[in-house]
Amino acid sequence: MTFTANHLWLIPTLPLLAAGLGALAPSKDRRLAAGSAIVAMAVSFVLACLALQSALQAPATHAVANFAWFDLGASPMRLGFLLDPLTAFMCVMVTFVGLLIFIFSLGYMQADANFKQFFCFLSLFAAAMLGVLVANSLLLLFICWELVGLASYLLIGFWFHKPSAAAAAKKAFITTRIGDLGLLLGLLWLYDATGSLLFYDGGQGVLENTALAALAGQTLGGGLALSTAIGLLIFCGAIGKSGQFPLHVWLPDAMEGPTPVSALIHAATMVAAGVFLVARVYPLMQIDAALAAVPVHALTVVAFIGAITALLGAFIACGQNDIKRVLAFSTVSQLGYMMLALGVGSWTAAIFHLLTHAFFKALLFLGAGSVIHAAHHEQDIRLLGGLRPKMKITFATFAIGMMALSGVPFLFSGFWSKEAILHAAHAWDVSHLPLYAGLAAVVLTAFYMTRLVAETFLGQPRSAAAEHAHENSAVMTIPLILLALGAIGLGFLGTPAWPWLQARLSGTELHSSLHHLMEGSGLMLLSIGLVGVGLGLGWWLYGRRLRTTAEARDPLVVTAPQVMAALANRLGFDELYAATVGRLNHFTATLAQGIDRWVLGGLVNFLAQLGVFSGTVNRQLDEDGLNGGFDQISASVRGSGQRYAQAQTGEAHGYLRVMAVAFIVLALVLVLGGAR
Amino acid sequence: MTPLHLCLLISSGLFCIGLTGALARSNTILVLLGIELMLNAANLNFIAFWRFGPAPSPANGMIFVLFAIAVAAAEAAVGLALIIAVYRHQKNIRLQEANTLRG
Amino acid sequence: MTFALISIAIIMLGSAAAAMLLRNLIHSALLLILSWASVAAFYLWAGAEFAAFAQILVYVGAISMVVLFAVLLTRQNQVADVVIEPASRQRATTALTVGACLAGILTAAVVASQFPAAALTAPATTVKLIGLELMYRHGAALLIIGVILTVALIGATLLAATEAKRNPEDAP
Repeated sequence: MTFTANHLWLIPTLPLLAAGLGALAPSKDRRLAAGSAIVAMAVSFVLACLALQSALQAPATHAVANFAWFDLGASPMRLGFLLDPLTAFMCVMVTFVGLLIFIFSLGYMQADANFKQFFCFLSLFAAAMLGVLVANSLLLLFICWELVGLASYLLIGFWFHKPSAAAAAKKAFITTRIGDLGLLLGLLWLYDATGSLLFYDGGQGVLENTALAALAGQTLGGGLALSTAIGLLIFCGAIGKSGQFPLHVWLPDAMEGPTPVSALIHAATMVAAGVFLVARVYPLMQIDAALAAVPVHALTVVAFIGAITALLGAFIACGQNDIKRVLAFSTVSQLGYMMLALGVGSWTAAIFHLLTHAFFKALLFLGAGSVIHAAHHEQDIRLLGGLRPKMKITFATFAIGMMALSGVPFLFSGFWSKEAILHAAHAWDVSHLPLYAGLAAVVLTAFYMTRLVAETFLGQPRSAAAEHAHENSAVMTIPLILLALGAIGLGFLGTPAWPWLQARLSGTELHSSLHHLMEGSGLMLLSIGLVGVGLGLGWWLYGRRLRTTAEARDPLVVTAPQVMAALANRLGFDELYAATVGRLNHFTATLAQGIDRWVLGGLVNFLAQLGVFSGTVNRQLDEDGLNGGFDQISASVRGSGQRYAQAQTGEAHGYLRVMAVAFIVLALVLVLGGAR
Repeated sequence: MTPLHLCLLISSGLFCIGLTGALARSNTILVLLGIELMLNAANLNFIAFWRFGPAPSPANGMIFVLFAIAVAAAEAAVGLALIIAVYRHQKNIRLQEANTLRG
Repeated sequence: MTFALISIAIIMLGSAAAAMLLRNLIHSALLLILSWASVAAFYLWAGAEFAAFAQILVYVGAISMVVLFAVLLTRQNQVADVVIEPASRQRATTALTVGACLAGILTAAVVASQFPAAALTAPATTVKLIGLELMYRHGAALLIIGVILTVALIGATLLAATEAKRNPEDAP
């Protein structure tokens, strides 16, 4: 039975079931939670391989399985699954890397009390991430996108009793939320403009010719092209999720989570989701905006933001002293590279780099995790050192990862993928600035990675923790080895001589020839040279004269203290945001609170007072008016009764007298009146 | 001054004497006797008009007087019985002292 | 005729006035008997024999006896009545005033009246006529008078009857 798009739903569902099992399992039952997670991931990996095989048979087609979810008015809201090479490659990568990280976590989180919850959250994350990958509907993608954000929040703040971890989780969620707002707006606008949210729908999908033709040529009031606007809004989501320039501030803080989390989410998979999103809607982003009044192309913005991010991340990484923070900024920088690649027109190069980056960055993070676990959670590189003899496998694999990241030529995957990006940047006819930024970042990348390796592994141990470090168990070292193999081998799938990956991704013809290799040789030699410069500089400053004590000053700090201080402070982005956006938010919140308390509350109070007042008036009226009136009437009746009663003296003589007088008066009246 | 006038004056005089006596004396029996005098004066009036006034019927005045005498008798009997009852209560028959029915 | 009338009037009015004035109750009662007798004489002078005898029977015969019995049964100490209290003087003056006023008005009214000419003789009323009138035309009134008399006498008996022997602690 061939694997079709109809079977795609299994891939995210299995980890979801594992997450459910993990949630319902009792805390003591570690084996059930971890076992179900690993088994689910393994089966998903197998299914992903089958999906890849199926997709590669027809690389240019986008096989879909759409279904209706609910009825929105007259038309149904439809969701669907999409099987094409992009989906398949990404699923294979995510499941494989995820599986290895799950196995690593068995050893890393051994001593943690919340072991079961960890695997439950990991499975939830895996399910959500795979959901993003297989979605054919922007709505389904958005739903899984938010679930990914939720899982990230849960995992970053896993050690929630640490205030810094809780704050980091909140920061990550809120910052990505800002980006997701743009994505939601873009989604809604796209639905309004085209009437569908499905990517491929037998000709009616958003990424298919009918819709693209409808979008092309529409301009907004300000002169901007509609496609540009929607593309930029969707890109906002990618900015948030992938830690691009304005919203990158959450990624370094996310290192508060356990290291396997950093490896899986913030290196290999989740942050790559932004890149994946842009690659997925690439036909939309590619719509030509040259005829608009403001001929700004969405991809231009993407390229420049990617370039800025690449350079920024690499700079700040040079001044960090925490292993994970160095790697975090390195991730920011590499994601910038991927966005750069997307912007200059080569989404295949971006995906290639994404795949290779997943492997070597996960490898580097797991290696860092291994170091941290061995050194009893010591993360400051100034307090490590001399770990090479003690942790040989970790060192070897970390070194492989470092060389792949730096772009050491030919043997390592990072070189080939970065080459593809620089090649595409060189071919971009809008501007060469991204190319220069990329080249500068190459130097910096090699430099800071050399610094990291030298400070961590070489020299003498500079603390008791480093003294007592020893190699970890197989459950932690075997994933390292497997990832290292991937870091080496994956590169050969996309060399210019044989661009198999790029061809399969885009569904085009595969032209393999050495001629292509020679074509870009000038640029290739330049980048190799720059790598050498970076490596040499790093070795000169850090490898030659190894740090002896923890307090010894960093050579760069000696030469340029202010610069290094600024870099160590991450260039003050957090302070800037707190001073501007934070202050504005606080102001509006205070204003809203003021309106709520004084205006609305005042109104409510006034109405209440009105009610009280009317009640008092009513009571007064009742007491004084009614009761008083009634009392007065009764009193007057009684008074008049008493007065009348005074006439009853009880004396018979008196009565008689009155009768006599009355008779006299009557007689007078009769007589004088003339009665006869 | 016809005889009728004279008779009427006499009856008026008797009436006023009876009234004065009833108002002035404090002894209850005397008050009762004053009232009897007034009744008699009225009877006198009737007989006077029976004798000297235009008389459509020969017996009306007489019969009225008879009835009046009968009623006066009944009233005197009841009144005196009351006086005896009051005397038992307050040991004298001063009229001023029998004023507990005041308001 | 007028001389008889005047003398009857003098006796009547005089004895009545004296009866009202006297302090001694028995004397008052006796004088009143005289007054009533003179009223009966007046009736005789006027030609109403039946009324005269009825007057003597009832007033002089019965009522005066009842009055005398009441006077005797309600004897009280005479000592307190010697001094004329200011209240009784005030009462007397008021009574006299009222009486005088009334007398004046009635006299004025009588004197100023004009009556048609009277018959020369008294109307002929026989006992038979009176009886027939009573039984036929005034039969109902007669019966009612009978009831009144019965009720009054029963009531008077009840009121004046000696109370049954009571325990000393009870209210008198």
